[in-house]
Formats: sequence, C-alpha cells, structure tokens
Amino acid sequence: MSSTLVTGARVLGGEPTDLLLTDGRIAAVGPGLSAEGAEVVDATGLVALPGLVDLHTHLREPGREDAETVETGTQAAARGGFTAVFAMANTFPVADTAGVVEQVKRLGDEAGWAEVRPVGAVTVGLAGRQLAELGAMADSAAGVRVFSDDGHCVSDAVLMRRALEYVKAFDGVIAQHAQEPRLTEDAQMNEGTVSAVLGLRGWPSVAEEAVIARDVLLADHVGSRLHVCHVSTAGSVEILRWAKARGVQVTAEVTPHHLLLTDELARSYDPVYKVNPPLRTQADVEAVREGLADGTIDIVATDHAPHPLEDKDCEWAAAAMGMTGLETALSVVQHAMVDTGLLTWAQVADRMSAAPARIGRLAGQGEPLAPGSAANLVLVDPAARWTVDPAQMATSGRNSPFRGMDLPGRVVATVLRGRPTVLDSHLVRSTP
Amino acid sequence: MNRHLLSAADLDRAEAVAVLDVSEEMAATQRREIKKLPTLRGRTVVNLFFEDSTRTRTSFEAAAKRLSADVINFSAKGSSVSKGESLKDTALTLEAMGADAVVVRHWASGAPHRLAHAGWTRGSVVNAGDGTHEHPTQALLDAYTIRRHLRPAGGAGQGGTGQDLEGVRVTIVGDVLHSRVARSNVLLLHTLGAEVTLVAPPTLLPVGVEAWPCRVTNDLDAALADGAPDAVMMLRVQRERMESAGGGYFPSAREYTRRYGLGRSRLALLPGHTIVMHPGPMNRGLEISADAADSPRSTIVEQVGNGVAVRMAVLYLLLAGDGTTTTTSTGGPS
Repeated sequence: MSSTLVTGARVLGGEPTDLLLTDGRIAAVGPGLSAEGAEVVDATGLVALPGLVDLHTHLREPGREDAETVETGTQAAARGGFTAVFAMANTFPVADTAGVVEQVKRLGDEAGWAEVRPVGAVTVGLAGRQLAELGAMADSAAGVRVFSDDGHCVSDAVLMRRALEYVKAFDGVIAQHAQEPRLTEDAQMNEGTVSAVLGLRGWPSVAEEAVIARDVLLADHVGSRLHVCHVSTAGSVEILRWAKARGVQVTAEVTPHHLLLTDELARSYDPVYKVNPPLRTQADVEAVREGLADGTIDIVATDHAPHPLEDKDCEWAAAAMGMTGLETALSVVQHAMVDTGLLTWAQVADRMSAAPARIGRLAGQGEPLAPGSAANLVLVDPAARWTVDPAQMATSGRNSPFRGMDLPGRVVATVLRGRPTVLDSHLVRSTP
Repeated sequence: MNRHLLSAADLDRAEAVAVLDVSEEMAATQRREIKKLPTLRGRTVVNLFFEDSTRTRTSFEAAAKRLSADVINFSAKGSSVSKGESLKDTALTLEAMGADAVVVRHWASGAPHRLAHAGWTRGSVVNAGDGTHEHPTQALLDAYTIRRHLRPAGGAGQGGTGQDLEGVRVTIVGDVLHSRVARSNVLLLHTLGAEVTLVAPPTLLPVGVEAWPCRVTNDLDAALADGAPDAVMMLRVQRERMESAGGGYFPSAREYTRRYGLGRSRLALLPGHTIVMHPGPMNRGLEISADAADSPRSTIVEQVGNGVAVRMAVLYLLLAGDGTTTTTSTGGPS
C-alpha cells in the first residue's frame, strides 16, 4: 500500500487543507491529516486542482515521430498538469481503425506519464468521403468515444449527419473542425485589416461560423451530441449561445492561444504564429473569453501541435500550421482568465478537467478532489512567474507562440492515479 | 534609411524624398557617356529570384553594375512549397559568399521580411516583390515618374528635387487584391502627401482595404470624370483570375475591359496634363488599350528607365550610406 500526503494545499483555491492519497485514490481530505510512512508533498501556498484533461492533443505517433512521440508528448502533458490527453487521429497511418487506436492507447499506457485516449477519425483516411469503422474503434480496447477528422472539416452535410447519428449507438461525440473548405483554400491567416496589409490570403470568420451554424442545426435535428473544436470567432460564440439556449446538445472548446493572441502577431511573418484556425482580432479574443466565462464555451483544449523546426523555419506560406500548448496552457488560462477575474479556480477545474472528461466520457478523470475519487491532481503555484523557453520544454516541438513571454503560474506537481509524474516542476519516474 | 527596404512603409516622407532626390542625381549620371560610377566597388549584390521576372532582375542588375558592384544572379526557381532548396539554406549559402545586399523576389508574401529578420544573413535585404504583399522599388519609381511630370523644374531644381507629392491626385485601377504594386504605392504615395484613389470591382479589393490611407470606389468613370486625377495607374490583370477558385473574380475579360479598362473614351475624360502609368507587363486590350498605352500621356516606357535610376539610389543609400566604406574610394554620385 502506497500513500502520499499532500499538505497545506488550497483545493480549488480555497483554504489550505491536506489530502491523503492511497492506492491511487483520494482517501481523505481535511486539515491536519497524518499517515505513517506516507510520502509527504508540502503544498503550502499551492492551488490543488483535479488533474487536467486535454480533449485535443496531437501526439503525432505513429508516423511523425520527428515532431513528437507519445512519450515526449505525454511528458509535456504531465509538465503542464495534465493527467489525461485525447490524441488526435491525424497520424500516419490515420487512426481510423481499431488497430491504430489500440496502438496509440498501448503506447500511452507504456509511457505512463498521462492517460492517453485516442480520438478516432470520422472518415477513412480523414478524406471526408466514407465513414471509418466507428463502432469497431468504440468497441476496441481503446474504447473510443470522441471522433474527429481534426485538421479537416467534415464538410459534406450528409456525411456529417450520418456520423452524428451513428455514434449515438455507443454514446460517442463528433468533434468538428469547423472550416468551410472552399472559403479557405490556401488561407494563411485571419481575413481582415492585417491580412489586407500583409498580402496573405485570408481565412474569414464566416468559414468557421457557417459550419458551426449548420452543425448545431444538424445535431438538433437528429438529436445527437456535437463538439466544436477550437472556437475562434465572436460570431461562433454567438451561434453557440443561441444553440445552447435552444437546447442543442453542443459543447465547444477554445485554445489557450485564442484566449490571448491576435492576428497582429502575423506582422512579423514568423510562422510560429501560423495556426489553424488562425489567430483572430482582439474583439474575438474578448468574445471567446466571455464565452468561456459564461459557459457558452465549455472547455479549454490545447490543440497542442508540435512541428519539427524545419516546418516553421521558412516562409509563412510554406510553414506548417500549429502551436505547442500543453506546457503553457494552465499559465495562459491563469493569465487570461483567472488574473483578470473572469474565472475562479473552481471554474478552471471545471473547464480544464471535469467538463472535458465528461464530454470525452472518460471515467476516473476530472473527478472532484474528494474521498473516493481517483487520485489525479495538479498542484500549481499561482504566485510564481516564469519566462517561456521552448528549449526547456518536454515536448519535441519548439513552436511555442508564447516563447519569451512572462507568464504567471507554475505547475509544481502532477499526480496520476496516486503516483507523482511531476515533483518540484520536474518529471519524476516513480514506481507504482 | 533603414538597413533594409522591405516595405514602402519603411520610409518616412523625408527619407522618401531623399531617395527620389538621389534618383534624380543617378539619372543625371546616366545621361553621361560613361555611365558607370565607382561607388559600390568591391561590394557584392545578389539578385535572389524565386520567381521569374526578367524586367525587375535586369533593372536591379543594371543598377548594381552601374555602381560598380559585383552582381551575382541567383535563380532559385521553384514555384511550389515542396520544390527546391529552403529559403534558409539559400540565405546561408549567400551569406557564405559574402553578400552585402540581397535583392529578393519571392512568390511568398513576407519572404524578404523573413530573410531580413530570421538571422540567416547579415546583408541588407531589398524587397523586389513578394507575393501579394509589396514591391517598394516599383512604388519609388512610380513616385519618381509622377514627380518628374507633375513637379517639373520646381523651385528647388530639376525634376522636382526636394519636393514631395502633396496634393497630387493618383488613381490606381485594377486587381488591387493581388497587387503588390498597389500596396506599396498606396503607402508611399500617401507618405509623400498624394491623394490616392483605388478603383476596382469589389471582388478584387481585399477585405480590410477600408483601413488603408486612400479612397476606394468601384466606379471608374466617376473616378476619372469627377476625380480629375493627375496620374492614372493601370494594374495588370491576370487572365487566369477569371477561372480561379470560386468561379472567378469577374465574369469575362470583355466585361472587365468594359467596366475597368482604360480605352479611348475614358482617355478623353482625363484633364490635359494627366499621365497614364502601368507597371508592366501590360495586357493590351484587357486593362489598357493601345490608344492609352501609346498615347503621349503614357509614361510606361519611361517608368522602365526610371527604374534603373531609382534602384541605383536605393542600393547606394543602403550600401554606401552606411559609413563602412570610408577606407575605399566611394565617389559620390554627382
């Protein structure tokens, strides 16, 4: 029997208390706990949250091990305070069969840094033409519940309708990458005053909003669950607000970068700021913050997208889209949402742990920090500040748009099923 | 002047006027029997062209050679992302060769900016046209041409030396959306005090154009008749814009010409002193008729010649003006 005693932690930002973790579960919560032989973690001054859950991570393996592996990606997750990540399907081969999703799950289990839940592709090869064997992936050892062609939009309305309907049989959800393909051919950045000056082809807001509008109506019509990936525009927030008021079963995510950064950064032509959907305007940033605060947007998801250096060390138009995010997510959320008074720590726990676990139907994650729950938690020092340095990160990707920024909040410890994966802000390999 | 010329916005009014003034001096040397100046002897200028442009490359090459610079033409053609050597490796190669200035033409907007700021090369970078972004030396030669015609032998001297373009009305017509010439001209002409009007079908104006320092209209006849422009600049319209994604930007070449072409009848709307400009290469019969292109108002051929003088001025100001050549015989331009 192994025990860890966390002392003096401010659970969800409340009064200091102790947590006793025994055999992978929370045994007791309260002040003045003691336990013979337990490893003691002094959490004085630290905020304790349930282990974070990322519904949108690109781990790249199999196929793009030059960008990231399950090992390095989940190390990054642990460093960022995550105890579970959903691995997107755009690997090589694509995660569109039971075999591939089981492989990804197994790689995650072997690495042991965070629980890895594969996302299954909606369509064969992400090609948008034919449904992948969603049932086989759901029934596999990977137990897939989230399906997404992320990186590509399921733009065919009939195919989207069938997918939404089909996954009801096993309580699945379709996570849509909302991007009207014809309106965004060769699109490079947000379409607006900045793209007009820079001569970069625009990615208009309407290309996202039109798909979300269609999909919430489809989800309503067939009574299915829809999840919208990386919401980036003010108009999208308005449509989601309308849909939720109407009772549509829709959930949505926003990325840390869309909570903080704007298209003004493209003026540098540095492809580290190139991402899909693109960075938008300050008005959009304010709208997605407001949406996250009032619950219109349910969760924060990183869309962690590591790329090898050469895919970013080039002309803007030639560069890959995407940014790393696992190791900066909590700091960015504290900076953009907590320190601004828009979210409490309890709400952060909801948006970054409980709600994503619920949307992904992931048991044993996102549970309250209370006796009986799985012992997944993160201890963060909200008073610490740090300067983002991609070279110091666990991810293989160096493409952090936050590099050089001074951010608040440092993940001091992460605990996965009772075992610390991070202590004193460093990865630790502990034995079960 | 900054170390690089990446955008027309890099120049303030005094700097822009200074470039035009030095261009004037350079042009004067080009009327001599011996055209070559020793100014940039021992300096190396690389013409790095990722996109074919014989006109612009030749113009820069002539400019550098007449300043006695060593010129290396480096054609790194490869119109797609996947082909060819990376920009970074090309830049490192040129750095190893000791390039003092890199004149870059690239299909990707922002490539010169990247070259100047990514730490791959120490030389000055001159943007010779990048994607649909900018073409600042084209704007400078256009401003120079306008000044020569509309500020002739002004108080300060020949060709309007020392003068800006305050109050000059310039109308730019055509495919603004894809035009690097339009972007640079709007910025530079505005800096110089000119009043710029853009005329284009709504499909060929970028979303966000309303933030530009100019007027925008879709009605060419009104712009010519009521606007009484001092200069009309016609932009090249690529015929393939009719068939591209989304069903084309305009229905047919014939309709484009009817609504936005400069032909005989529209030429008659112009005040007597108005000049007609085109950055070339022209689509005769599409955006401009032979009547307009070959009329006495046309400065189109003159623009080409002015391009050499302006590019001499830019290279001179970037390379000889940096104070690092004091030990060699630099020899001023006049």
